[in-house]
Amino acid sequence: MDLWQNLPVALIILPLACAPICSVSKPRVSRMLSLCASVFAVLMSAMLILNVSSLGTSYVYKMGEYGAPFGNELFISGAEASVSLMFSVVMALSLFAGLRRIGQEIDDSRKSLFYTVCMLLLTAIQALAFTNDIFTGFVFLEITTIAAGALIFVRSKEGSLFAAMRYMIMNLLGSGLFLLGICVFYCLTGHLLFPQMKESALLLVEGGRYVRPIAASILLITIGLAIKSALYPFHTWLPNAYSGATPAASSMLSSLVSKAYIFLLIKFLVRAVGTEAFTMTGVNDVVFIYSVIAIVLGSIDAVKEHNVRRMVSYSSVAQIGYIFMAVSYGSMTGMAAATFHIIAHSLAKAMLFPAVDRLSEVSGGNENFRDLRGSGFRAPIAGLAFVVGAFSITGIPFLGGFVSKIYIATAAHDYGGWVMLISLIALAVSTVLNVLYFLRTVLTIYRPGERYPLTRDPSKRPFVTGALMLFVLLNVALGIWGMPIMRLIETSIMAW
Amino acid sequence: MKKSSEAFKNWLLSGSDPLEEEMIETLSDDAAEEKQAEEASPRAKKERRSLKQYLYDSGLYRPVRILSSVALCVMLIVMLMATVMDMPYFGQADTLVDSEVSEFYVKHTLEHTGATNIITGIILNFRGFDTLGESHVLFIAVCSVIILLKMTPKEEDPFLHVHSDDALDRKLEKDLILSSLSRILFPLILMFGVYIILNGNISPGGGFSGGAVIGAGLILYLSAYGYKRIQRFFTYKTFKTVSCLALLCYTSSKTFHFVTGANDIHVPISLGTPGTIFSGGLLLPLNIFVGLVVACTMYTLYTLFRKGDF
Repeated sequence: MDLWQNLPVALIILPLACAPICSVSKPRVSRMLSLCASVFAVLMSAMLILNVSSLGTSYVYKMGEYGAPFGNELFISGAEASVSLMFSVVMALSLFAGLRRIGQEIDDSRKSLFYTVCMLLLTAIQALAFTNDIFTGFVFLEITTIAAGALIFVRSKEGSLFAAMRYMIMNLLGSGLFLLGICVFYCLTGHLLFPQMKESALLLVEGGRYVRPIAASILLITIGLAIKSALYPFHTWLPNAYSGATPAASSMLSSLVSKAYIFLLIKFLVRAVGTEAFTMTGVNDVVFIYSVIAIVLGSIDAVKEHNVRRMVSYSSVAQIGYIFMAVSYGSMTGMAAATFHIIAHSLAKAMLFPAVDRLSEVSGGNENFRDLRGSGFRAPIAGLAFVVGAFSITGIPFLGGFVSKIYIATAAHDYGGWVMLISLIALAVSTVLNVLYFLRTVLTIYRPGERYPLTRDPSKRPFVTGALMLFVLLNVALGIWGMPIMRLIETSIMAW
Repeated sequence: MKKSSEAFKNWLLSGSDPLEEEMIETLSDDAAEEKQAEEASPRAKKERRSLKQYLYDSGLYRPVRILSSVALCVMLIVMLMATVMDMPYFGQADTLVDSEVSEFYVKHTLEHTGATNIITGIILNFRGFDTLGESHVLFIAVCSVIILLKMTPKEEDPFLHVHSDDALDRKLEKDLILSSLSRILFPLILMFGVYIILNGNISPGGGFSGGAVIGAGLILYLSAYGYKRIQRFFTYKTFKTVSCLALLCYTSSKTFHFVTGANDIHVPISLGTPGTIFSGGLLLPLNIFVGLVVACTMYTLYTLFRKGDF
């Protein structure tokens, strides 16, 4: 085994070891420590993805002396490495972009604990990305859930407790269903590691035994994770939670937490159940219907919203719908498109929250989009970031969102029939609606008005500006050179 | 209905539709916009609220909500029952559950881990990564509760005054039965907790259960003697130091185990004589670390919910 193959465990352990140290240090020290750890995580993820793509295949990392089927394992291939890189990048950049706001909005006595929670969140999402074991998935999903709740209520603002309560109720329901699903699956197959689960499940399905419990457990796990990642009818906790948290926390919640759950679901469906069993049980049809509703109604909700942060939050509902729609085709191309859309949407959405925050900061703290007039001139980089993020989510060429929309449409085309028709119509309708609400805001922020000064805001925000510029570059790079990443993801998912 | 058809007609005849009007409103001149915004926003709010209000006021809202949630629960129950009916019976011979995995655990745990308690062998060795995550679940839970409930000292809260140490302790002073009983019980409970932790690898128990016992003992001590007495040996600082050190030691020894195991490096850690306390290699220290974390977590959760501070 080469030395670089230890990188995934280093990625998991480094923030895990930083977390207790953060909790006992002074706020300044823990801020330094968590920033360093997240930057270091980005470097390690980048090294990992370079090595994995040159290796060409996947490999298994035993956690301890005993591998499958007795002990825990990690599984690393191109898709996991790219998702992990995205997680580290988003964590580091959103911490940098939100640093000032964290200082302002979070009480001094809670700052160290905020960084502790961030570090544990980073550990948990990396572990969710790499795990080869469904129960390890559940353990780190618990950490993710509690961490996300803490990120919401750490800001002592009225309404954030209510939002956190709502979030907790919905998410614990999701965790419960997920755990029930695991129990049923374990009772039938006797395994917790993905490859062995798949072997036994195939044996049972082909023999026609216990088909109904298997379908029920797939349904329970899928619905559990769908609730946790806010698929349409279960999205009610989302807007308040995202818009009430501090900007860095909003970025993390929208781009890391919900995406980690969906990636775990994709891994479960492909590696533990097999796409044939998934489509055979009919669970994919349920997911498809909900995702189409999510795409349309999430966008309509966003159009109705005048508060920019809530608008951006509602657009997440629609984008989660896209990802679930791609998953519901049950084909490898669909899963690859979903994984790519996870990356593209996370990079865009994690950029939008700090950008909106900066724009509203130069507009006197107002978040209503009417009040943002001319703010694109006052904060040029934030304006640019908002435009790039909005265009990426809408699906304008040369940006990440365009590539992933093409792949989703291709996957729909491969499926054919009514499903293709409905998906394409939903994509078209949602694109129009995206244009409506994003273009409205883009026009407003670049529209001069007499009451609104057009001179650059004198305050310097080096961290926000730097992080937003990096985000913009990443989005453009993903749009132009997205093909190699897509090919890496596709080949590795085919080989899963 | 009529309104929407009119809007559609307007739009078709290249007139304006409400959304477009709204955009024009937004992009119009300042004075006009200000005036219109003032007019428009209360109106819009009123309309939106009235729709919601209408739903609430119609009298159907509550019964429909209750009925639909009951129906949903019944559906879920029926579905789960149907699933359970189809599941294999407990102990049925031809299932896949009694697979190689459980057989391996039962037959070979002792020889591979040196633990006569198979459960400890599984959770701290074979599936050690899960347990590492699980102890951090406890840690993040306690961090979240501290974020949520711990009061900052400078807060001039009337609640803080009522719940000061003295006020809380004064209530306890009179309870003779509790204090004299816990004088006998507390050392025994503590000793029993330590016993469970130390014997984790040879008899039922381990870090989690032993830590819970110690935590319960600390809670008993607090209830019997009050905050002043327990602060002589257990403060917020103690909690932070102990749990931080225990977690760091736990993480580093598990990392050592993961890395050496995955890279097939043979580590000469003796497994000792099975059945003695000093056996099972790393299991004993791991149990101690887990026990410390659990005990601190238990006590901290209790005191935060009771007083909001240490």
